[in-house]
Amino acid sequence: MTTNRAPNRDAASDAPRKDASPPDALIKDALIKISGLRTVLNGKTIFDGVDLEIPRGRVTAIMGPSGTGKTTLMRHITGQLPPDAGNILVDGQDVWRLGREQLFALREKIGYLFQNSALLTDFSVFENVAFPLRQHLRLPEQLVRNIVLTKLQAVGLRGAAELMPSELSGGMMRRVALARAIVRDPMMIIYDEPFVGLDPVALNQILKLIRTLNQTLGITSILVAHELAAVAQVADSIYLLAAGKIAAHGPPAQLARGETPWTKQFFGGEADGPVPFHYPAADYAAQLGLDGGKQ
Amino acid sequence: MSAVRKPLSPFTGGLEQIGACGLFLVQILRAMPRSLRHFPETVRQIFFVGAMSLVIIMTCGLFVGAVLGLQLYDVLSRFGSSAMSGTVVAFALYRELGPVVTALLFAGRAGTSITAEIGLMRATDQLDAMEMMAVDPMAYVVAPRFLAGLIAMPLLACIFNAMAILGAHMVCVSWLGLDNGTFWSNMTSAVDVWIDVANGVWKSIAFGAVVTLIATFQGYTTSPTSEGVAYATTRTVVFSSIATLAIDFVMTAFLM
Repeated sequence: MTTNRAPNRDAASDAPRKDASPPDALIKDALIKISGLRTVLNGKTIFDGVDLEIPRGRVTAIMGPSGTGKTTLMRHITGQLPPDAGNILVDGQDVWRLGREQLFALREKIGYLFQNSALLTDFSVFENVAFPLRQHLRLPEQLVRNIVLTKLQAVGLRGAAELMPSELSGGMMRRVALARAIVRDPMMIIYDEPFVGLDPVALNQILKLIRTLNQTLGITSILVAHELAAVAQVADSIYLLAAGKIAAHGPPAQLARGETPWTKQFFGGEADGPVPFHYPAADYAAQLGLDGGKQ
Repeated sequence: MSAVRKPLSPFTGGLEQIGACGLFLVQILRAMPRSLRHFPETVRQIFFVGAMSLVIIMTCGLFVGAVLGLQLYDVLSRFGSSAMSGTVVAFALYRELGPVVTALLFAGRAGTSITAEIGLMRATDQLDAMEMMAVDPMAYVVAPRFLAGLIAMPLLACIFNAMAILGAHMVCVSWLGLDNGTFWSNMTSAVDVWIDVANGVWKSIAFGAVVTLIATFQGYTTSPTSEGVAYATTRTVVFSSIATLAIDFVMTAFLM
């Protein structure tokens, strides 16, 4: 139940964020420090010397083209996938030097929203959200019930408490997974693609929830997403990952201006630029046999 | 060098799998004390792999006993020994058929469902989600199923034996006219509870451990795709059947 208050945050503000001061100036107390991260998966270099810091009590977005390693980075941070080289410090602890018990103790302070929700299919919505409480805390049943219903109310699914995951839509499953991720008021929450499959109403409510959690409880949030418009409403800063490195870093408004080739292409949605739209392939005309037998 | 190693690769691959399975067993045993915290889950699994397998075990037991009784009565009557039908049925069931057939049925009924369930949990990130909630899947998912198999298998084998003897009794006594007292008295005087029955119980415990170990291992290490789960389920049946019969031979040699 560790919480960390963010300094000087406007708790009531629902307005989109203004272009803040440079994020590097904000990182007085980094919750996560990654240095020299290098990862090779199946012969492909995913990270090649990545350094980044996630400030405590802030919302940091990780963005980048598909397959660039955003989820892999989250798996490194949470001790699910070992890197080939580099250091990953979370709350001052080197994740990859922790024993299993210490790693589990750290994970108890982290909420993780999986890309595909990962709800336990044998349990109802209520039991899914109650699962972390029942596993780690010996709370009276009435208190468990109240906490779970409070979290479900926050994601708008209190009325769906008795439904099974198979009875939910993709967006509803994501909201249940979010309720489960925040049920223990963690120190940090990792949202892996939280906006996929949400209708505009649900999207707006989830954005408000992320902001409220961050502002009122000071929960550090890492947001992996593609939707710049949504990210810009809640994130203090964005890291743009591309080609195994940090291609850009700064507040959303600054990156949205597209001042570098990377940000220009990514946030402008352009096909041409440093990020190839096409997967590496042989010559198109030659493959279709239209080159007159030159090759 | 590669020319020498290539023909060996399926062999070394098999050895690697056996080694990985052995390490998986060590992990299960280490997780066992922690799994006691989730004892209700173990009870749920005993119901799932045990009680839910009763129909197939009882039905097959009845027919296996009936066929055995019919065949033995026919063969033994040629030598004027039809009175020994019940005794031979009991020996065959307690020593071999009961544990072995139960294990094969168990692999098909419960082993496959364990593999498919854990495999799908792997494919849908449920196991990773547990890890991220600081809940050890080995203690919460794997160990209770392993323990359930260990407990359920000998009980199922006993029920199988009971139903098979009932089937043999129906055929030999009710249908073919063997004397009821002869059937039971020959059986009870020849069968030794500490040799014949206990041997079968030891075997069924060993088979329960092997089948659930293979089922959980295949599910836990499956490729997280629908094809991967399908292959893992098939491998569970194939490997469990082979392992059951091989271990049966080894145990029989030692227990004789």
